[in-house]
Amino acid sequence: MSREQEFLEYVQSGGAVEVDDWMPDEYRSKLIKFIEMHANSELMGVLPEREWILRAPTLQRKLALTAKVQDEVGHAQLIYRVVEDLGKPRAQCLADLISGKSKFHNVFHYPTETWGDVGVIAWLVDAAAIISQKALLKCSYAPYARIMKKICWEESFHILHGRDVILTLMLGADGQRDLVQEALNRWWAPLMMFHGNPIDAKDDPVVQWRIKTQGNEEARQQFLDGYVPQIWELGLTVPDEKLRKRDDGVWEYTEPDWNELRSVVTGHGPRTAERLEFRRISREETAWVRHAILADAA
Amino acid sequence: MIYEVFRQERKGQAFEHAGSVAAPDAAFADAYAHEQYGRRGESVALWVVPRDAIREIEDFPDELGKNYHRVDGYSLKAKLKEARERAGTAAPSGDS
Repeated sequence: MSREQEFLEYVQSGGAVEVDDWMPDEYRSKLIKFIEMHANSELMGVLPEREWILRAPTLQRKLALTAKVQDEVGHAQLIYRVVEDLGKPRAQCLADLISGKSKFHNVFHYPTETWGDVGVIAWLVDAAAIISQKALLKCSYAPYARIMKKICWEESFHILHGRDVILTLMLGADGQRDLVQEALNRWWAPLMMFHGNPIDAKDDPVVQWRIKTQGNEEARQQFLDGYVPQIWELGLTVPDEKLRKRDDGVWEYTEPDWNELRSVVTGHGPRTAERLEFRRISREETAWVRHAILADAA
Repeated sequence: MIYEVFRQERKGQAFEHAGSVAAPDAAFADAYAHEQYGRRGESVALWVVPRDAIREIEDFPDELGKNYHRVDGYSLKAKLKEARERAGTAAPSGDS
């Protein structure tokens, strides 16, 4: 049996891989690509929320949102650290992000129109994300799985914060309830695309290497099962007439527009250019800090 | 420089590896570790250790098969059964 084959069987049967262990080049490059996209998403995910810190309705909300932004940037730092140990420096990751060479999650390419969007993002986008992230706790690459424990723990606060924003709006005036319904209408399609198009697990190398342990459709079904009842119980309407749970427990829904997903994640989303430009400028403006710190240490 | 971070969740518990931080010196490493692994009161103490200072040993050969200093070296079941039979204290088989 070849060394690669032995490695594949090892990870498929639950084996854990550490930073200094031998690994096939393909496993390493798949890990880097997957984990780097996760880090990019944490970093880009704060931009839609950052836009609302100054406009949040109360001081408490401003503080909570600032803390969430700090958490997500912290996640990006931890995850880039894992990528660095696999051989790709953080500066290179950031350069590839800014130049559009690497990707980030579809939901962070869209605009936030109202405070209702902030609630829907913190509640439902984070809920969708935590489903994917919980499945990474069993990742074959152990350093990634370990930091995911901390990340999942923090994400659970974010969902509570999001639910609190939504419940407060739902208990308010009609205009506030409308904000939530309109935001849900805007975010439903991106949310349904979030877990990706259904790929058979045996055709998905990321699943084969046990980098992730859950198929795309499985994650989406788990999201629908957990959250559609919570949406309905508040008197909100999910903007999909075909959405229903079959007797066998499987959710039926309108097929998302996979072309839109492909176009958005390859850099053609409504806010992609603007947000990447923001990243580029902020990286440029903070260059002196990095120089100062590194010069002082030398 | 890379620093490995270990955290203790409650006093008296073992420190567990949490992750790593990249920092230009020890003072920055402490600050980053503090922010990443302690700002919500989730740890009561952290160990911040330069990665280079960690010595790893992962080879434990057992050429002589010294099972007499491990629990798997002592399978008592069959002997105990025989000893009970000889003493006449063996549980009656079948219906009780």
